[in-house]
Amino acid sequence: MSNPAVEKMYRELRDKAVSKAEGMNEKPYVMVGTATCGRAAGAMKILETFRDELAGHQVDAELLEVGCLGHCYAEPMVAVYKPGHPFLCYGNVDEGIASRLVSDFLVGDDPCFEFAMAAFEPNDVFPTFADYPRGVYEQKIILADCGLINPEDIDHYIARDGYLALAKVLDMDPGAVVEEIKESRLRGRGGAGFPAGKKWEICLKAEEPVKYVICNADEGDPGAFMDRALLESNPHQLIEGLAIAAYAVGASQGYIYVRAEYPLAIKRLHTALDQARDKGLIGESVLGSDFKFDIQIFQGSGAFVCGEETALISSIEGNPGIPGHRPPFPAVSGLRGKPTIINNVKTLSYVPHVIRNGAAWFRGIGTPNSPGTAVFALAGKVVNTGLVEVPMGTSLRTLVYDVGNGIKEEKAFKAVQIGGPSGGCLPESALDLEIDFDSLQHAGAMMGSGGLVVLDEEDCMVEIARFFLEFTQKESCGKCTFCRLGTKQMLEILTDITKGRGKPEALELLWDLAEDIKTGSLCALGKTAPNPVLSTLRFFRGEYEAHINEGCCPSLMCNELISYRIVPEKCSKLCDACIASCPVEAVYTRPDMLKAVDLEKCVKCNNCLVTCKPLYDAVMKVTPPETGEGGDEN
Amino acid sequence: MKISRTVTITIDGKEYIAKEGQKLLWTALENGVYIPHLCGIEEEEKPAAGCRLCFVEIDGFLNPVTACTQKVKEGMVVRTRSKRVDKLVGTAFELLMSNHRLGCARCGANGRCELQKIAKERGLKLKTSRLRSLVPEVPVDESPDKFTYDQTRCVLCGRCVWVDHHKAKIGAIGLVRRGMSRKMATFGETAMADSSCTQCGMCVEACPVGALTFKEK
Ligand SMILES: Cc1cc2nc3c(=O)[nH]c(=O)nc-3n(C[C@H](O)[C@H](O)[C@H](O)COP(=O)(O)O)c2cc1C
Repeated sequence: MSNPAVEKMYRELRDKAVSKAEGMNEKPYVMVGTATCGRAAGAMKILETFRDELAGHQVDAELLEVGCLGHCYAEPMVAVYKPGHPFLCYGNVDEGIASRLVSDFLVGDDPCFEFAMAAFEPNDVFPTFADYPRGVYEQKIILADCGLINPEDIDHYIARDGYLALAKVLDMDPGAVVEEIKESRLRGRGGAGFPAGKKWEICLKAEEPVKYVICNADEGDPGAFMDRALLESNPHQLIEGLAIAAYAVGASQGYIYVRAEYPLAIKRLHTALDQARDKGLIGESVLGSDFKFDIQIFQGSGAFVCGEETALISSIEGNPGIPGHRPPFPAVSGLRGKPTIINNVKTLSYVPHVIRNGAAWFRGIGTPNSPGTAVFALAGKVVNTGLVEVPMGTSLRTLVYDVGNGIKEEKAFKAVQIGGPSGGCLPESALDLEIDFDSLQHAGAMMGSGGLVVLDEEDCMVEIARFFLEFTQKESCGKCTFCRLGTKQMLEILTDITKGRGKPEALELLWDLAEDIKTGSLCALGKTAPNPVLSTLRFFRGEYEAHINEGCCPSLMCNELISYRIVPEKCSKLCDACIASCPVEAVYTRPDMLKAVDLEKCVKCNNCLVTCKPLYDAVMKVTPPETGEGGDEN
Repeated sequence: MKISRTVTITIDGKEYIAKEGQKLLWTALENGVYIPHLCGIEEEEKPAAGCRLCFVEIDGFLNPVTACTQKVKEGMVVRTRSKRVDKLVGTAFELLMSNHRLGCARCGANGRCELQKIAKERGLKLKTSRLRSLVPEVPVDESPDKFTYDQTRCVLCGRCVWVDHHKAKIGAIGLVRRGMSRKMATFGETAMADSSCTQCGMCVEACPVGALTFKEK
């Protein structure tokens, strides 16, 4: 850095933050993950317990709220530090464990290894996250500090070299910053994978005095929560990225468009912006330089399509969030007609790392055309659900079986639904696919927002396609013919198939409509809406045909195509659990004491099956459905 | 004085002189080359591009594109018909018809309806056999003295709303709601007569179909 004023100001900020961080390590502290995911699992109660117990035992320890470590299956999660012990992480913490950690570990000296998940740093007594398969395959860049720093204390971020990249670029020519991002080949993480540097270059070259930068934090995909985790766990990383983008293209006003359904993210962002302003990291004179930049938070009101960039811009302008035709692209004519950069939360969160470590470092991770890491929200029938960050090029098999620790209850793998409602379903034969933007596209899916739902033998692919299409159909803004009416026609056909009313010619019509909607729709919502249907038709056509031609749902998922039967050989005769569980008195006792289901009365609620499963496992589903009274024959 | 430059473009093998910057749809129509369209408004800088009927093939583009969004350029080579264009236009038209109440004989727009025109020009059927009917059950709004509004015949082109806002400058109507519920309505979705509508009739003249029709005198 050769701008002495900037350098001096940054040094002072950092030195203060570092000495504060070192001070912190002199006495014990407890970190409770209170991002939305933790709260849903009861983290606030755990926080309360720690507060009471620490006070009750008069322990001099700091109690901190942090963000998300990504291990959803183990929430609430807590990290406890005590000088002289390894820094340990505890999962599935309940109030009992919380009070034990205070009484036994902080008051006593027993780190309660029986409750510990892993240590954060290598030590002689307890394994670290890196000692587990997930840790071996994960490589964290943007999630690295999530759950380990206090998102409401800017000093935590600064102490870990936060805002160093901003200080660095202030001394660079904006063109050189754009060049660095271009060279890194960073691609947009909002779905389409457009090269960020190329977008920035177009905006930089636009000769306009007023330009804008926008962070897209609308995150509307069902099941996607990586942007929320980043906002709640490390908001400054994003703010720094957005400020660098603004400097690079010559903007002085930025927006963060966050969906209103993320109140905690919005609160933590507000706090972060206030603190950044106080420290002179944004505002009239960024780090004492002549770069002026501020950020406003804009709350979106929940429509999925508002995440589409032209709709998002229209929404900030005060107009209905309805997509427009591109070109012009926002980088040329965006917000209020001015050149505008719009990037996803994750994309911008990589930026400080790229600047700090250099384009070559970034290119060294991942695949040549999709460098860096990918963040996935692992969900569905996988053991370890959660947020994971792996290098691009990791195989699906590694993701599901090593990082995710395999399929729940040892069921058979069927498919992964990847990329959210715009994505597709990939079958077992694709497990060795090394995933990046291009390979997924090629295989008929999409990186999308990074949602990855693992499906097993009990998931019906027709129903999965119907489920995702129903989502997009509901979220269609209705402006263009293909999306408004085309997705509705497709949905009706799919609904018919799952209800056993599908006609043989339906598949051809589905395919035909899907192709036309893909080519003909105005925006990417419509253009990608058929993907779940196209990919399942391609890889699981047999399941569609079974529904239509045989009235069968091979996965036993579509209620209209199954019925319940109680297997006489397994039924205990003496147990009434199934009868008690039935809300409509369809299960009854036959004269021979065996239980049976009156199919006329049965509403297929599945209660009897669930109830009997751990006892005798005598209730089964059959397809195609039987009529009359199940279990009487045989 | 602003001199508008001209460019030469080729449509279906014939050369035409066009005003530079004009959108292809209007160049074609001015020169007597028909391209189906419903939502296009020539004066509007940002076309809605919602009806998805004006697809053409342009050399250099991978897929068919909408003529209402493409500015003419020197040397542009356009084909208004191809297998792919016909398929897209056919499907878009069929989708619109699945959502449009038929009964031309009892429709005020019979004979001047642009849906009829598109069907005739492109040899398309008005009644779809592949798709199911998605026509909503909504009563006709007969509240105005001069005209009626039949939502079940509306194709959501937005032309009525545009003239209401930009020509009549009243702002009585708009396109409201989303997805399948999207419709033209007054503010608060009241009956037309209970709105700020002055019954100037411009929206009725703008309607390409029989959604807004004058009452018989
Ligand atoms: C229906 C739809 C919804 C979208 N939702 C989001 C979203 O929630 N977040 C996001 O970053 N991008 C979303 N996008 C993509 C944006 O249009 C845009 O491509 C992206 O914000 C660009 O940022 P990137 O280059 O960093 O990916 C959506 C696109 C469509 C078509």
